[in-house]
Amino acid sequence: MLSKNNKKAWLYLLPALILLLLFMVYPLIDVFIYSFEEGYNSASGVFFGYGGYNYSYVLHDPYFLQAVRNTFIIVIITVPLSTAFALLISLGLSSIKKLKELYQTVFFLPYVTNTLAVGLVFMILFRKTAYTDGLVNLLITFFGGETVDFIQGPYWAKMFVMCFYTIWVVLPFKILILTSALASVPQEYYNAAKIDGTSKWRTFTKITLPYISPMILYLVITGFIGAFKAYSDEVALFGTDLNGAGMNTIVGYVYDMLYGNSGGFPSYASAAAIILFAIVLTITVINLMVSGKNTANIG
Amino acid sequence: MKVVLSHLTKRFPNRNKKIKTEVTAVSDFDIEIPDGKLIGLLGPSGCGKSTILNLISGLEQPSEGRVYFGDEDVTELPPEKRGIGLVFQNYALYPHLTVLQNIMFPLENLKGEEKMSKEAIRAKAVETAKLVQIEDYLDRKPSELSGGQQQRVAIARALVKRPNVLLLDEPLSNLDARLRLQTREEIKRIQKETGVTTIFVTHDQDEAMSISDYIIVMKAGILQQVGRPQDVYDDPCNLFVAKFLGVPPVNVFDGMVRNGRLFIGENDVLGVSGLKDCDVYVGVRPEGYLVEEDGLLKCGLRSVEVQGRDTSIIATNAAAEGGSFRAIVIAEYAPDPKADKVNLNIKPNKVYLFDRDTEERISCSVSR
Repeated sequence: MLSKNNKKAWLYLLPALILLLLFMVYPLIDVFIYSFEEGYNSASGVFFGYGGYNYSYVLHDPYFLQAVRNTFIIVIITVPLSTAFALLISLGLSSIKKLKELYQTVFFLPYVTNTLAVGLVFMILFRKTAYTDGLVNLLITFFGGETVDFIQGPYWAKMFVMCFYTIWVVLPFKILILTSALASVPQEYYNAAKIDGTSKWRTFTKITLPYISPMILYLVITGFIGAFKAYSDEVALFGTDLNGAGMNTIVGYVYDMLYGNSGGFPSYASAAAIILFAIVLTITVINLMVSGKNTANIG
Repeated sequence: MKVVLSHLTKRFPNRNKKIKTEVTAVSDFDIEIPDGKLIGLLGPSGCGKSTILNLISGLEQPSEGRVYFGDEDVTELPPEKRGIGLVFQNYALYPHLTVLQNIMFPLENLKGEEKMSKEAIRAKAVETAKLVQIEDYLDRKPSELSGGQQQRVAIARALVKRPNVLLLDEPLSNLDARLRLQTREEIKRIQKETGVTTIFVTHDQDEAMSISDYIIVMKAGILQQVGRPQDVYDDPCNLFVAKFLGVPPVNVFDGMVRNGRLFIGENDVLGVSGLKDCDVYVGVRPEGYLVEEDGLLKCGLRSVEVQGRDTSIIATNAAAEGGSFRAIVIAEYAPDPKADKVNLNIKPNKVYLFDRDTEERISCSVSR
């Protein structure tokens, strides 16, 4: 039986619950149903029947497989690297005294900058055109290397720029979280460590790292999820024809299936979206299981 | 090891950056702390006690003055080279390590010639855990321990390196009343067993009085008085020390000396020798009163309270600070609670006279 307090709690939760049901749960179920409707025609709204053909089609589509490969490469490279860089920069930031606020602002700037604007800057830096080799290529030739077209050239070059860009864009948020996490480590622990004659490295690995490990876990999980959902960053660098550029992602594939030039197939899009959901869910569960053992229980 | 603080001064920049003047936390602190004793560093909150502790530990550098351990000048030495153990107010146990790992931590830091084998570290940590009687909880995390047990772990971690000096910052303030009594006996026992020079900071005079071999009373960064607890209590050097030690606190009256007699208000209460006519503050310990028919100090009676084994009376007198005071009396002589007047005589050895301006103790002899 519901107690009076319980009823009250549900009443307060009601507005949020209604919105969640309407805009989260219902579409989720709908997408799930769509993904099993074979031969759905978006104009007439009719379909042949239910079955797994949409999944079979998507999983055999070379564009989808390319998208999955790209997404996984981006995730596996950018999440660990960006977290590690963010940790290094945060440690640097928390150890300096002069102009600390200024540096924090500078490092946070990319976060408030428009993705497309950042993409434009990256294009200017990396693109090689008939008129100019671009700034990065100038540097490469200066050190005696061969010029590369990073935007329309070989796959590895494009992937390099893509990862570089992704790390650059996600770094500020991680720095923000980690600097505040570092600041929350009580000074007493450092004083105690100092009196015990603890080396800097041991202080870091035995005190700082365990203390901020819940935050690092949070960043890794949200980083994975965010990287799996990447799409706009790719558009910012390579334009809307991502399949043509060979740089599509899973979310990009879903979009193309819905609205792109080859679009108009909500069933295929739904199937791809459900596959993405399954991947993200699996990775997150694995993450939680692995880190559950290693994260310190602070309290 | 004896600890000598020689003319220590510590100034901090003002927290409000716009104010350029510095805050003096400790001023010309000069003291020699004897070897192997338990010393209570006592004073009200914000008087610089913890700063003194940090100066001894090396976490802070003095603005002026030197710190000696034995004959060695350690002023320039970093904390880890001083051979000290420090127990923090909130213990600062590493939350993700077990009790045993916490105690082993300082030993694992040792390098070079001092480096110890894993077995030796473990053995020493267990031995220290036994000393503080925490050996049954070695595999627990600090969050699974009570406050008193955490305290013991913190002491064990501070002691495991066999420090020359053990420092405790408000060791009992995070414990409840019952545990506090237990733990202070425990600190006394551990100190006796190890013989390590121990300095603990407290604002609780009861705590300091009960377990210290010596107490150091300070106020606003300035040393007031040093001595055995009972000596300081019996013979305070100024009004602050007299008021700070003792529960209930000393009663303070406006008084004057005229022709070798001490007056409280209108009442001629005691004889004074060796003092010219002057105005004074009269401090009387609460236990320094006798209820007598012909008592010389005429007071109003507000109430009679029986608290456990003590009977105290709340009396009123225009000359008393705040208009009323509390006196602890022998139960069988307690006045009738319904009476509205009470006459008191004052025991001469419980009376102190203080200068009105400097609040320093005036030396003189007082008699009936």
